[in-house]
Amino acid sequence: MNNSIRKYFPIFVLPTLAAFIIGFIVPFILGIYLSFCKFTTVTDAEFVGFSNYVKIFGDKNFLHSIWFTAAFTVVSVITINLLAFTVAMLLTKGFKGTNLFRTVFFMPNLIGGIVLGYIWQIIINGVLAHYGVTLQFSSTYGFWGLIILMNWQQIGYMMIIYIAGIQNIPTELVEAAKIDGANSWQTLKNVTLPMVMPSITICTFLTLTNGFKLFDQNLALTAGGPSHQSEMLALNIFDTFYTKMGFEGVGQAKAVIFFILVALIAFVQLRATRTKEVQQ
Amino acid sequence: MKMNEKKRKKAADQFGEKPVRHGWLLTLIFSLLTIVFVSPIFIVLMNSFKQKSFINLQPFSLPKGETFVKFENYARGIEQTGFFDAFLNSLVITVLSVAAIILCTSMCAWYIARVQNKGTSLLYTLCLFSMIVPFQMVMFTLSKIADMLGLTNPFGIVIVYLGFGAGLAVFMFVGFVKSIPLEIEEAAMIDGCNPLQTFFQIVLPILKPTCITVAILQAMWIWNDYLLPYLVLDITQYKTIPIAIQYLKGGYGSVDWGALMAMLVLAIIPIIVFYMACQKHIIKGVVAGAVKG
Repeated sequence: MNNSIRKYFPIFVLPTLAAFIIGFIVPFILGIYLSFCKFTTVTDAEFVGFSNYVKIFGDKNFLHSIWFTAAFTVVSVITINLLAFTVAMLLTKGFKGTNLFRTVFFMPNLIGGIVLGYIWQIIINGVLAHYGVTLQFSSTYGFWGLIILMNWQQIGYMMIIYIAGIQNIPTELVEAAKIDGANSWQTLKNVTLPMVMPSITICTFLTLTNGFKLFDQNLALTAGGPSHQSEMLALNIFDTFYTKMGFEGVGQAKAVIFFILVALIAFVQLRATRTKEVQQ
Repeated sequence: MKMNEKKRKKAADQFGEKPVRHGWLLTLIFSLLTIVFVSPIFIVLMNSFKQKSFINLQPFSLPKGETFVKFENYARGIEQTGFFDAFLNSLVITVLSVAAIILCTSMCAWYIARVQNKGTSLLYTLCLFSMIVPFQMVMFTLSKIADMLGLTNPFGIVIVYLGFGAGLAVFMFVGFVKSIPLEIEEAAMIDGCNPLQTFFQIVLPILKPTCITVAILQAMWIWNDYLLPYLVLDITQYKTIPIAIQYLKGGYGSVDWGALMAMLVLAIIPIIVFYMACQKHIIKGVVAGAVKG
């Protein structure tokens, strides 16, 4: 059977493979190579060694954006997961209207980042206007604005995943815990949480990478203002490429560092939470 | 009959499915929360009917009297952004890309799962790897390559999406194909089906739930994607909805908040319609996608 399928390689694999090479493999390899080059378009690249990487460390905005992104990611992962889990716990209790509530909470997730950014810009600026300031006044406002925005967008998505996890717990387990005299806090800590660990792994992974790679929302809400103070990594890289002439090489080097950071975080996080999962 | 129902109810009670205490209170609290949760959308809707100079001053008041402008913001916004063209572009790009991804990657995944050699396992590993690479890593080179190959139109970009979206799709399809018993396909082959017939008549129908999951995840991504089409498309000719909205903000002049609000409403409406129409599939798709991911 293997052999007869093998002959069909051009039909089955080639379209995807060709697109994958054009859309991912070549840009990726070329991207790594270009991070060691000085260039304005791909064709005029000139090898310059590590000088692009050296330049990064003198770039205050980039270093600031790393901290800003890290702080944002930590706060958003914690708030989104705590709130989503709490809502999921409550919405699996089976009171009237839970289906409607789930449907509504999930909805903002379908709205794109650019649209979300402008929705919240008008609202947050409207609130801040009472105090005579705007989002462009301080990066603190931009930071918390983004946190609110991302919570609004992602709580519903994570809630759905947590609900699926909670509903997968066999009722006998919870019953057994109750019969053994566990109170609701003990049941949560010793039964529910270990059993939904796979959901926690997925949700922290998703919120972590979403937070770290955030771009559209950042661009639409504050565009990095005031003066790059609320700029996250992805936006900083974009700015380096497309608003500073002659800095394409530095932008590409930043992108390589960004990729390494994302890969590392994803790897470490999956390692850390997978070990806490229990077999059913 | 009645006895049975009662018995079942009693059994359900024992297994913790009884209505919660203070259920009405939770319903009330969540109703209020729901209102807070959807209020941003209503604020935007309200402001889309307001005269533009009042939007930033009093975003939380209802449009009335002199501040109410009927559909002027909509007319101006549609004209400035070419919204309907953008809508059409978004639709064409999303539908074609999702269709291409479903068809090509499901075939590719079946081949990977059934023909196991070094080449296919390398391709599979690369697909997994591509899932963690952020777009910024490839955005510059990808947009230059797309430019060189003439992929800067709504049809060309489909190839870019197929390439960049292949990772997740192949990963999900391979996971599912591996759970299909080989005997079914072997039986088809013995009955004289060639691999193409086997795939389209036997395998693809079994893959249908995964197809829906992949389609929904990819559609959510592609419809809302801003940066990739912004960099790949020739945006003087082709805009998608996110590009059209960001375009209103462009430049250094003052922003026309009236038109912007109206365009936000027009951008949200199709999403809500789509959500209403296939809510069940979307939620199932998200759960299935998350479990696999």
